[in-house]
Amino acid sequence: MTDVLLQVRGLHAQYGNTRVLHGIDFDVAQGGITTILGANGAGKTTTLRAVCGMVRTQGEILLAGARIQGVPTENIVRQGVAHVPDGRGTFLNFTVEENLRIGAYTRKDKAQVQQDYERIFGYFPMLKARRKQQAGTLSGGEQQMLAVSRALMLKPRLLLLDEPSFGLAPLIVRELFEIFRTINRQDGISMLLVEQNASLALKLADHAYLLETGRVVRAGTAESIRNDEAVRRSYLGY
Amino acid sequence: MADTELPSSTVKPALSRQQLAGIVVLLVVACALPFVLGNYRVFQLTLALAYAIALLGLNMLTGYNGQISLGHGAFYAIGAYTAAILMDKFGFPYWATIPVAGIVCLVAGFLFGLPALRLEGLYLALATFALGVAMPQILKYKALEPWTGGVMGVVITKPDAPEGSGLNQDQWLYFFTLAWAVLLFFAAWNLLRGRVGRALMAIRDQPVAAQAMGVDNALYKSLTFGVSALYTGIAGALGAIAVQFVAPDSFNVFLSITLIVGVVVGGLASISGALYGALFIQFIPNVADQISKAAPWAIYGVFLIAFMYVMPSGVAGFIRMARIRLQRWRAPDGPRCASVSSGKEAR
Amino acid sequence: MDLLIHQVLSGLATGGIYASLALALVMIYQATHLVNFAQGEIAMFATYLAWTLIQAGVPYWGAFFITVVSAFVGGVVIERVIVQPVENSPVLALVIVFIGLLVIFNSVAGWIYTYTIKPFPSPFPEQPLFGNTYLSSHDLGSACVTLVVLLLVFGFFRFTPLGLAMRAAAQNPVSSKLVGVRVGWMLALGWGLAAAIGAVAGMMVAPIVFLEPNMMGGILLYAFAGALLGGIDNPGGAVLGGFIVGVLENVVGMYLGSEIKLTVALVVIIAVLVVRPSGLFGKVHVVRV
Repeated sequence: MTDVLLQVRGLHAQYGNTRVLHGIDFDVAQGGITTILGANGAGKTTTLRAVCGMVRTQGEILLAGARIQGVPTENIVRQGVAHVPDGRGTFLNFTVEENLRIGAYTRKDKAQVQQDYERIFGYFPMLKARRKQQAGTLSGGEQQMLAVSRALMLKPRLLLLDEPSFGLAPLIVRELFEIFRTINRQDGISMLLVEQNASLALKLADHAYLLETGRVVRAGTAESIRNDEAVRRSYLGY
Repeated sequence: MADTELPSSTVKPALSRQQLAGIVVLLVVACALPFVLGNYRVFQLTLALAYAIALLGLNMLTGYNGQISLGHGAFYAIGAYTAAILMDKFGFPYWATIPVAGIVCLVAGFLFGLPALRLEGLYLALATFALGVAMPQILKYKALEPWTGGVMGVVITKPDAPEGSGLNQDQWLYFFTLAWAVLLFFAAWNLLRGRVGRALMAIRDQPVAAQAMGVDNALYKSLTFGVSALYTGIAGALGAIAVQFVAPDSFNVFLSITLIVGVVVGGLASISGALYGALFIQFIPNVADQISKAAPWAIYGVFLIAFMYVMPSGVAGFIRMARIRLQRWRAPDGPRCASVSSGKEAR
Repeated sequence: MDLLIHQVLSGLATGGIYASLALALVMIYQATHLVNFAQGEIAMFATYLAWTLIQAGVPYWGAFFITVVSAFVGGVVIERVIVQPVENSPVLALVIVFIGLLVIFNSVAGWIYTYTIKPFPSPFPEQPLFGNTYLSSHDLGSACVTLVVLLLVFGFFRFTPLGLAMRAAAQNPVSSKLVGVRVGWMLALGWGLAAAIGAVAGMMVAPIVFLEPNMMGGILLYAFAGALLGGIDNPGGAVLGGFIVGVLENVVGMYLGSEIKLTVALVVIIAVLVVRPSGLFGKVHVVRV
């Protein structure tokens, strides 16, 4: 875990004239899972958007040493960054199958893409059952699975997850996070996970950062953050 | 509880000193112009004033109330023909035709507005566009020929200035139109800066919330159509008297397009925008013509596109932005938000 | 009765032309939520280009092909150069830009080619097919051409990755970017396709209405009405709407004379819209309060 896949230094981000991130630093290790925690409005979603080039940023963002700050979103994505946005970003008028097909849009290896469909359906059998169904008619949990699948079809090096547990039943959330662990271990996909559900995130991640009003206030291994008194009181409830 | 009073909705922001001074200067200039310019220019300005009234009417509907009309030329035509027919067939004096034209159009607009309630955005645009396209065909319709004069139209005799005023016909017509313009602009300003204006804009921006707060959307929207048609109809009547002639093909769909161009170029939801827009649609075609005799409309089209690049919110919007920037530059530590502008810019 | 059948069939043929223009309008609408009022004039201009080529001795189908490709390129260029810089302006400002384009194309065509009516050749034989009395060969031929175009477009959007990407970009530009779709270029492509379809429509209709700068005005209006009748967010519906309008126009013209048929057709369409505001096949937008 000595290689760093994503390196962020001094990141500022703003919406119009409103600055939301005030110079944050964090890393995602190659093959690792990093989580960013914080309350509503802390800037977690903005952080993911900043990595993807969806907001105005200043600072340094390096993906495997290459600069992606200021690069258009489409090009960042083509470098192997897949983002599962909050709200899932499902193509509601497409079928499940079309959602997956568009996820693989940038890929040239047709045969491998076919194999990946099968693998995805292996992780999410309920999607296979609904492959011809219109995505807008899926339940929240299923749409979340679909959103993750779509991101995986891109064959990313780095997977950005924005509050994947949001609005989902606990059972489904547990399944989902198990799949995240599997993807990480088996396929070596690095992950940057943004979550409000701190205990869940800390169980999955290796490293954690705590964001408060656009600044990193705590950083460390997931273990150490979990045991941190202040964090426990404010975010873990005990 | 008793100390905090809710803001009274009857308190209307008055014009600032600056704005009042500006209006006075404008009026003085307007009154002086017919004495320094030749008759043709005076005639052009009279038409521009008529257009300004029409644009104000359309702006009420489209700018303030968000209902797109691509067919307002039809109401201009109805007003024009009403005046012409009253003068030609019934011997009405010219000044009496104006209110009648207004009322006829008020009713016509209201009646059109009722079914139009169900249509939104593009669909309403199509419906009004169809109205604009249909009007020349209706005016040429054989059955109405005894009244409308068919394809040939109706000729109107130019009214004389009153005895002893020392004005020629063109000058008199100018002042007559100017008087109506001042009256109608004042009425619109009064209407739009108060409850009615806010209700209209609420319906435009958040119709569901407006309804929930007790605004009768349907009634307001239909009435707005009616009043908007009234204004445009009066403009049509005034224009007809100035031109001394009405014919079906002068009121084709291009008139409707010209009106919407005028509203957007002048500035939506702005009273002063009606003036800027009127000047644009009256004089820019001439400028385009001078630049290129071969393809003047191509130049006009280039002007249109260029305007939208530079001033997407119209001339009035551009001036508003410029004023805000100027204020901010002068007083950088002052309040960040734009001051609640009162008077002409009723937004 | 015979006359009625004739009018209906002929109406279907012209309806095909309206249908393809309606499709072009809907394509741009879906991607941008804007109606391209200049669509007709671009088609007209392309048709003039074809005429110039044919006059210069280029065989018909060669000129056809060159024109379609040029229209495609032209559409892409217009979107990238003129529309893209102002794409975030308020809706009505963009309407004015389109009106500007409309006026420029119309005026330049009139300047270069004058306003005199010119005949435009039809690639189809003079004699009606099998000597039938219902449809001229041109009607039949143009119906086939428009049908082929519509099928190609349908196939493109349904089965190719690029078509999928264009649909995605129109539906959800943000998510499209997140899967690597270059949304801006998808838009330009849409404009190119719409212009190409328009060119085909123009070349099919010119032999009937004769080539002059104002020839597409009424046709665009019918196409617009057809698209709305079918439901502006529904390409299939728009196509169907185009056909319905074609038949309606002819039948109304038959009974009420041709001067008033534009008005009556429009009135009928609007009456339908008042009853069903989102068109016959459009999605009824249930607004959640």
